[in-house]
Amino acid sequence: MDPTIILAAGVSSGTVLLFAAVGEILAERAGVLNLGVEGMMLIGAVAAFGTAVATGNPWLGLVVGTLAGGLLALLHAVITISFQAEQVVSGLALTFLGTGLARVAGEDLSKAGAIALLPTATIPGLSAIPVLGPILFTGQSILVYVGFAVVPVTWWWIARTRPGLHLRAIGESPTAADTLGVAVYRLRYAYVVVGGLFAGLAGATITLAISPGWFGDLTTSGQGWIAVALVIFAQWSPIRAALGAYAFAAIRRMLLDIQGPEQLFGVRNPFYYDHTLTFFLEMLPYLLIIAVLVAVSGEAMRKRIGAPAALGVPYVRGERGQ
Amino acid sequence: MIAAPDAPLPTPDAAAVPAVELRGIVKRFPGVVANDGVDFDLRVGEIHALLGENGAGKSTLMNVLDGLYRPDAGEIRVLGRAVEFRSPRDAIAAGLGMVHQHFALVPTQTVTENVLLGLARPRLRLDLRHFDEEVADLARRHGLAVDPRARVWQLSVGEQQRVEILKMLYRGARILILDEPTAVLAPQEAADLFRTLRAMVAGGSSVVFISHKLGEVGQIADRVTVMRRGRVTAAGVATRTTTPAGLARLMVGREVVEAIERSPFAPGPVVLRLRDVAAESDRGLPALRGVSLEVRAGEILGVAGVAGNGQSELAQVMTGLRRCTAGSIVVDGGEVGNRAPREAIGRRVAHVPEDRTGVGTAPDLSVADNLIMKSYREPPVARRWSIDRGAVRRFANRLREAYAIAAPSVETEARLLSGGNLQRLILAREIASEPRLMVAVQPTRGLDVGAIATVHRLLLDQRAAGAATLLISEDLDEILALADRVAVIYEGRIVGLFDAAAADVATIGLLMTGGSATPAAAPGDAGRSVP
Repeated sequence: MDPTIILAAGVSSGTVLLFAAVGEILAERAGVLNLGVEGMMLIGAVAAFGTAVATGNPWLGLVVGTLAGGLLALLHAVITISFQAEQVVSGLALTFLGTGLARVAGEDLSKAGAIALLPTATIPGLSAIPVLGPILFTGQSILVYVGFAVVPVTWWWIARTRPGLHLRAIGESPTAADTLGVAVYRLRYAYVVVGGLFAGLAGATITLAISPGWFGDLTTSGQGWIAVALVIFAQWSPIRAALGAYAFAAIRRMLLDIQGPEQLFGVRNPFYYDHTLTFFLEMLPYLLIIAVLVAVSGEAMRKRIGAPAALGVPYVRGERGQ
Repeated sequence: MIAAPDAPLPTPDAAAVPAVELRGIVKRFPGVVANDGVDFDLRVGEIHALLGENGAGKSTLMNVLDGLYRPDAGEIRVLGRAVEFRSPRDAIAAGLGMVHQHFALVPTQTVTENVLLGLARPRLRLDLRHFDEEVADLARRHGLAVDPRARVWQLSVGEQQRVEILKMLYRGARILILDEPTAVLAPQEAADLFRTLRAMVAGGSSVVFISHKLGEVGQIADRVTVMRRGRVTAAGVATRTTTPAGLARLMVGREVVEAIERSPFAPGPVVLRLRDVAAESDRGLPALRGVSLEVRAGEILGVAGVAGNGQSELAQVMTGLRRCTAGSIVVDGGEVGNRAPREAIGRRVAHVPEDRTGVGTAPDLSVADNLIMKSYREPPVARRWSIDRGAVRRFANRLREAYAIAAPSVETEARLLSGGNLQRLILAREIASEPRLMVAVQPTRGLDVGAIATVHRLLLDQRAAGAATLLISEDLDEILALADRVAVIYEGRIVGLFDAAAADVATIGLLMTGGSATPAAAPGDAGRSVP
């Protein structure tokens, strides 16, 4: 129960959630809800792992996994943007499709054994910073550092650039954007696919760096859904999403660590002796997410803030008013 | 109130190339010919009004000009050059900007962000402070007072309109099309707009001004083109040579009876009593701040105000659709505030809501089902726990005939009805419940002249039958024509209360926009001082 280890582990495995949530933020900011994150992550995870096993090259796996997520998202874009189908239904279907495909594709991968992983790195200088150094900059996967960069860049893109202005506009008021010549359809396509690339990257991050291997559905174990919830919790801000991702992962790791020792704070550890209790323990973070969601979205609903106004609404051009 | 047009411009360019020339424009929609061979021309430096009833084809014509619709036939020339716009963006590139009735703004973004939206500049990094200054400067030059850093949802409707105009000016528009710009404005805001437009045409811009109000056309326009049923009935007539009555005839195709007959005012006992009512808006901001009002039987109390000053919330608290945070609402001696809507219905409160398709009706249900929405619990429609479809049909058919609801049958889905017929349906249902209190919000918005007359007559019939009526409207003329007393609402407070007969439009207009009237005209706490 070393806090530094728990927090470092939180940053490490939180990176998975971070990628998935940032991707979903971009898609939702453009006005397209994609509930297929779990499916896209699984496809990304299996494609990345399979490629790495077949070629021995984890970098190639990373690229293929990321693209696989983007490809699945493209399907969602076609269904919801071009054909204006219900986004919730399409997203759920995407999760089923992605999960099924990943299971089939991953049939033989669970026996694959050890593969070459993406490298880890310790940043000279920064790792010497007291407290933060060992948590953030020591022995982390290269992808964790990518995560550090992704968050501010995404924030800057959304809040401080012209393309970001257009992104916010197509999610808030696509009609206004369209009349001024913003290519609503094209941009929505782009951001949905980018969201899928991030989800694929998140999946690849699991199998190539954070917890390597292929364990069927359990590889992601519902993290795609956590990411969707995290987006609401973060009120569509990449910075809050990153903090939420790290915190959630750290809590999950802490609960895992609680089960280890025979003695806990000087008393007999019930979770060590009774394994049914550990299920209860593992449930807690999800309960926490629900509680936080209820609290946050209750407030958000009351003030009608946060969610892009056109989220979930297909844009139909040239519809006569009234 | 508003100055007559300046001396007519002796436009030296008049003989030269017109700013816009439309020839033989035809635009069909399924089942309708919206524009049937329309000609129109706009001179450089003039304000040209396009007058007509709702559905006459004015907006369609201008949407064709703006590139939003493709014409089925016809030719468009801008400054002499034949053009074919595929989108509003092409129109903007040709120096043509349209301000629609429903603004196309992003509410969560700032004024500057809205102005910049869709432009190719800047390439990537957006330094808002730099552009804030540009926008502020442009606004100042054209007398369009608005804070570039404010978020659009915080702005009044008048300010939002200025943002729309700024958007077009920033893109270099020299030809401005305004679709019923005064429909949402208070008299003073309209006067400000007119001043801005005058200054713009004096600077060489040209303006098309779509309207269905006769009075303002005479005030602002140099020339007027009148449309009826997709055709032009008067082309480019100088407004100096016209009279409102003449224009009305061209617009409607018959003489319009302007005066509304009303029975003498005979107020009965107090039916509705509001005491210090407070409520919050959807955003959680105070929307009503201590409203006190009384309405008597046989009286119409008009609530005048610019959109968004608490009118919607006022109607909602009385019908149980919104919580009050303070105060009491008593109808016929019984409290209805913070009770279920059924409590209000039980006390025979009728509600003609602002939103006809979302609140007033269930568009996908039949006319009959919409008509029984208030009486489905009582015989003859209800037979204990089941509904007697035969009785429903008889009830609905009776109302359909009595209120002249034009629908093929009572089984027709309500969404297929025109605006006027939908409003007749709502009024039929509400009046059938024999209301003690009628709460009518914007009852004639978007309706044509014939439907407006019907609605007005039905409201006056209710008054004669002894109902108390609260008429909430942004159309001051309507309030003055119907109401016995006028209350002015501003930022959730009643800021003035007048006898309609003695009311002064200028004073009311001033109060509507937050100005203060002379003490004699408006007792400070008028709402409470009513006996």
